[in-house]
Amino acid sequence: MYKVLKREVLVPNTVYLKVEAPEIAQKARPGQFVILRVDEVGERFPLSLTGWDKDEGTLEVLFLIMGRSTMKLASLGEGDCIMDVVGPLGKPTEIESYGNTLAVCSTFGTGPVIRLAKALKEKGNKVVSVMEAKDEGYLFWEDRLRSVSDEIHVVLGDGSRGKHRQASQFVKEYLKSGNKLDRVFVFGRVFTMMECSQATKPFGIKTVVGLTPIMVDGTGMCGCCRVSVGGKTQFTCVDGPEFDGHLVDWELLIKRKRAYLIEEARAFDLWQVDKLRRIAELSELPERVSLV
Amino acid sequence: MAEKSKLNLNRVPIPKQAPEVRKRNFDEVALGYSDEKVLEEASRCIACKKPGCKEGCPVNVEIPEFIKAIGAGDMPEAVRILKNRNSLPGICGRVCPQESQCEMTCNLAKKGGPIAIGRLERYVADWERAHPEITEQQRGQISFNGKSVAIVGSGPAGLTCAADLAKLGYRVTMFEALHVAGGVLMYGIPEFRLPKMIVQGEVSYVKSLGVEIKLDNVIGKIATVDEFLENGFDAVFLAPGAGAPMFLDIPGENLSGIYSANEFLTRTNLMKAYRFPEYDTPIQVGRRVAVFGAGNVAMDASRCALRLGAEEVYIIYRRSKAEMPARLEERENAEEEGVIFKLLTNPSKFLGDELGRVRAVELYEMELGEPDASGRPRPTRKAGSEFIMEIDTAIPALGTRPNPIIPSTTEGLELTKWGTIVTDEATGRTSKDRVWCGGDMATGAATVISAMGAGRRAATDIDACLGNSS
Repeated sequence: MYKVLKREVLVPNTVYLKVEAPEIAQKARPGQFVILRVDEVGERFPLSLTGWDKDEGTLEVLFLIMGRSTMKLASLGEGDCIMDVVGPLGKPTEIESYGNTLAVCSTFGTGPVIRLAKALKEKGNKVVSVMEAKDEGYLFWEDRLRSVSDEIHVVLGDGSRGKHRQASQFVKEYLKSGNKLDRVFVFGRVFTMMECSQATKPFGIKTVVGLTPIMVDGTGMCGCCRVSVGGKTQFTCVDGPEFDGHLVDWELLIKRKRAYLIEEARAFDLWQVDKLRRIAELSELPERVSLV
Repeated sequence: MAEKSKLNLNRVPIPKQAPEVRKRNFDEVALGYSDEKVLEEASRCIACKKPGCKEGCPVNVEIPEFIKAIGAGDMPEAVRILKNRNSLPGICGRVCPQESQCEMTCNLAKKGGPIAIGRLERYVADWERAHPEITEQQRGQISFNGKSVAIVGSGPAGLTCAADLAKLGYRVTMFEALHVAGGVLMYGIPEFRLPKMIVQGEVSYVKSLGVEIKLDNVIGKIATVDEFLENGFDAVFLAPGAGAPMFLDIPGENLSGIYSANEFLTRTNLMKAYRFPEYDTPIQVGRRVAVFGAGNVAMDASRCALRLGAEEVYIIYRRSKAEMPARLEERENAEEEGVIFKLLTNPSKFLGDELGRVRAVELYEMELGEPDASGRPRPTRKAGSEFIMEIDTAIPALGTRPNPIIPSTTEGLELTKWGTIVTDEATGRTSKDRVWCGGDMATGAATVISAMGAGRRAATDIDACLGNSS
């Protein structure tokens, strides 16, 4: 059992947890993930690691409420326990001295990118970061990202900061106006990763994306998380989760992520009916937003 | 010894759920002998001077002796004899391929009526589970011998090795990647063939010997084999199991609705998707299911698909019935339940709909030619025989490749060209000092009992090595 030490709703539908997991914390590195199972009847699902503290023996995760499992996780209070946390899984991010780097994040990708930006800077890279959010109300941890970046750009979907509405538009223009980049990292929504990869492709700048397909065991045993990269089938859990964004078959990834939409909606609805009182208690949780 | 004229060659049949009933539920198919039937079957044993059965058993259970105890009505004694050699009899009695082991070498087999050793074993194990006080009494005091062993994986090889070493006084810690112990016995073999309650009963027995089981521990990630050796473990036994599933390597294999048999069985058995939405893990089966391959795993997957509500389930296999690797009993069970065998047929591509779900598979027919390297007739493609079959779900059950996590995180482990760990068959030793290996990681996919045999041999050798060094 893994105890929740801290819980915070950062912005609508986005929850942060700090969890006691001393052994995993000793080994965690940027880019890795954990598999969770909230309770006895729960499913196994992956979350990227947002942070970890070896001395404290804790892990941090940050996630969107998208269905029954994430809702269950979000409705745990401080002091409650998660039944299973497995990790750290996946290959860590390769962090070298590249020169000029760009780190793009949206929603749940923000946590991993802060950790990554810090590690990139420690290797002597220049880090320009881009943060994408729906509007001012969905923006969080801007200061944290700023503190580990040489430069930060915030792109809001309502166009209220600067002229861009999507991170990919910013990336495209940044490159067009002659800025030199040696490596790009994108974490968060599939569309952010896909569009940023498309933006950097004509410039031939290697773009690393952190994929989040559906998983079951997370250790290479079932093949549920398979993706096609450069025409080759890869298992995200053991070969990834990071891949070359220029080679990922995005359409396949998106379709596979949506394979259980009907079942997910049914399970979520049933759970909500069952737990109306609990949901009311947690009234700080806003209504569900769309999936992607 | 009984006179030849008195030989009784009529095996007492085991009652089963009727095919029409069982194909729609996950309850156990075989119901087990009654108290009368078990005596009837046990009385057929002629107690040979040279029992062939013992030699056929990978863990050398004293078979005639335990059958004699059943015959004498001394069940505690039968339990004692059986457990002396086999820590997991409830599992072996159900899933061992007895027809190619003990029952094949039974001296009555030549006459056409081998003793139903597996069914007798199952009866004894079930009796034991109903009388836990017996094992309690039989378990002697174990004193710690000062040595510790880490075991990676809690499947049949790991559990056997752990039980053997614990009985010898070793402090054993078992590391399991999943959230329950049992490995393939929990995620792979379906409930209707091996109830999970029985697996957990055997796991509890191993724990009662003092073995500590750490769940949710992926070795190579949370800790490494080298760290175990540095941090106080005297030996490590690697039994991480089947590894990565193979796919067909044809166009369209990543469409949704195409599950590796591992994924299909894991969702169904481990995650209990057949009880969705009470359990959170979903599974999609649809009306028509095609399973590719004809081993035991393919039989399990096809029978699960029926129970999940599929109307038509096909086993698609490129060779003929004679070459099918599945146990005869499993094939018969599947046939009785209505699984349709499409033999000498092979897929060439999958076709999907606009949502990326599989909707059909293109198949072609095969002809059998000259024997190939495996000695079986080589199937070749029959020209112009392509046809399309509409399906809702496809399940390739083609075996597995070794999982790379442990080899890639352990210094100095020699691997075979298939990626399995080079292991001495007689002892389980690897190329690395103080590290042993057994089960599928050493041999490639094989049976539960062969993994148990490997666990036993490794435990014996670990004891020989560590005992001598002290």
